[in-house]
Amino acid sequence: MAFIEIEKLNKTYSSDADKVVALRDLTIRVEEGTFLGVMGPSGSGKSTLLSILGGLSHPTAGRLCVDDIDIYALSGEKLADFRREYLGFVFQSFNLIPYLTALENVMLPLAVKRLPAKEKRRLANEVLNRVGLKSRADHLPSQLSGGEQERVAIARALVNAPPLILADEPTGSLDSATSLEIMDLFKNLNREGQTIVMVTHNAENVPYFDRTISLRDGSVDDDTALTPQPVAYAG
Amino acid sequence: MNLESIVWNNLKRRKSRMVFLIAGLLIGVATVVTLISLSNALTADVQHKMENYGANILITPKSDDLSLSYGGITLGGVSVDSREIRQDDLKKIGTIPNSRNIAAVAPKVLGAVQVGTERVMLMGVDINKEFHLKKWWTINGETIREADQLVAGEAVATVLGLKVGDQLTLLDQQFTVSGILNKTSSQDDQLLIASLPVVQQLLNKQGRVSLVEVAALCSDCPVTDMVNQISAALPDVEVGAIQQVVKTRMHALDQFRTFSLAIAAIVILIGALVVFVTMMSAVNERTREIGIFRALGFRRSHIMRLILVESSLLSLLSGFLGFVVGMGATRMILPLMTENHVALHWSLPLAALAMLLALVVGCLASFYPALHASRLDPTEALRAL
Repeated sequence: MAFIEIEKLNKTYSSDADKVVALRDLTIRVEEGTFLGVMGPSGSGKSTLLSILGGLSHPTAGRLCVDDIDIYALSGEKLADFRREYLGFVFQSFNLIPYLTALENVMLPLAVKRLPAKEKRRLANEVLNRVGLKSRADHLPSQLSGGEQERVAIARALVNAPPLILADEPTGSLDSATSLEIMDLFKNLNREGQTIVMVTHNAENVPYFDRTISLRDGSVDDDTALTPQPVAYAG
Repeated sequence: MNLESIVWNNLKRRKSRMVFLIAGLLIGVATVVTLISLSNALTADVQHKMENYGANILITPKSDDLSLSYGGITLGGVSVDSREIRQDDLKKIGTIPNSRNIAAVAPKVLGAVQVGTERVMLMGVDINKEFHLKKWWTINGETIREADQLVAGEAVATVLGLKVGDQLTLLDQQFTVSGILNKTSSQDDQLLIASLPVVQQLLNKQGRVSLVEVAALCSDCPVTDMVNQISAALPDVEVGAIQQVVKTRMHALDQFRTFSLAIAAIVILIGALVVFVTMMSAVNERTREIGIFRALGFRRSHIMRLILVESSLLSLLSGFLGFVVGMGATRMILPLMTENHVALHWSLPLAALAMLLALVVGCLASFYPALHASRLDPTEALRAL
């Protein structure tokens, strides 16, 4: 059983008379420890795939299992628990909470967990250290540069030690030098065994991926495994 | 870091946002506090007045078959030859345990006299005590100084055509009208008033009185205690508390209180609407933030709690401030509503009530916004995904 199993996934958005098919019978398997890049032109369904993977949007048909959990069979509140325990999100526009400091933003996923305050603080400081932002812990997002905000967002995704990290265009709003730093950071995390699924349309990011899937019109157009060993694919 | 600290940081770093909410609830709570403390202070004021001025205990002869009466109770025909109270017995009133609370004992003797063609009620009173007790009596002319002077009630003066200085013969005795009572709209208007010993002699009732009014000044004992003590000292007479005046005044206060509560309810309703609108727009403003929380694995119930904890904190603050403002307003308004200086107490139960009221209204008005927030679709909320 692969870590992520996507089986005949369909997603249709219907508005009034219009019906837009975002995903069409998508079937993908991803092994644990993979750094998967999802590419494709806008409208290809890559963002839809990511929000379904993130447990944020119900598929119209099909099944998604992560670590053998059929996540859309979970109830609403259990789905939230799944997101908290299994996923780390890194958003394109960082999505930091403006009235919380870097450290507090990193602690957010722990806010609803029963842990001693000291332990939460220790975990958050540890991941901030890992992304190289220890000295900026007490700054508000508005006092941080784009790259620093991105690191806070990554630290926040990591703090819960989730098995899977989902990243949506994490370099989309960064200059190229900072983009490289961030991609190096992701690569290092991946080398430590972190499974990452990243949506991007930036071809410069491709060399960092273990495997790259291109989507077109809601189905797999191309699937390249650069390091074949941890990747299994059945289409 | 927990839900409460998220709320705390939000409030701490975005203070200005919640000014409307606090103001809305504050005004509502302050209105309620002002009206409640005003009517409490006025009730205390009336009680204070009742205890200081006017008679509040009436002593009448014990009788099974007739009702002799004064001050709201009808005398069963002036010709009735009733049993009377021995004047000497009144000294016993001074021996009751709460005797120091008795401000005045005003005995009076009543009888019918013929003046020309009219029968008129003549009342003999202890001049000093009576006029001290009836502070609302104003006399056109002079009070009684001599044994042969009398004061006529307004109605009597009109019927008999009396003027100040007129001569009047009662039971062969000559009297001068020293003054005429201004209209009191009570039974006092129907009386001829002269001094007690003179009338007792005239009516042949020496050493006897028809009824006694007692003013008991007691702020810390119920008037019924005084009544019981006097009854024990004077077993042969009826002792009762006059409740009417208090009741009338209390009735007016009750109406004020009801009116106040109606006003307060409207103001609170408006306050609740302000809270609702403010929280609703705050939730809409925070749509994206709520999406982030949901994506990070916050449950719906966590989002509800986030909003409700925030509105609870703000409500408690509004309740406290509303209490302080309300008490301040009462302090300013009270002198306009009563001429007496009435002590205004910082009442802890009222403070608790104010905060509870704010909390309940704040939470009820925020419930729908919180529910709405928890039901936001995280993908819609984020839009970036």
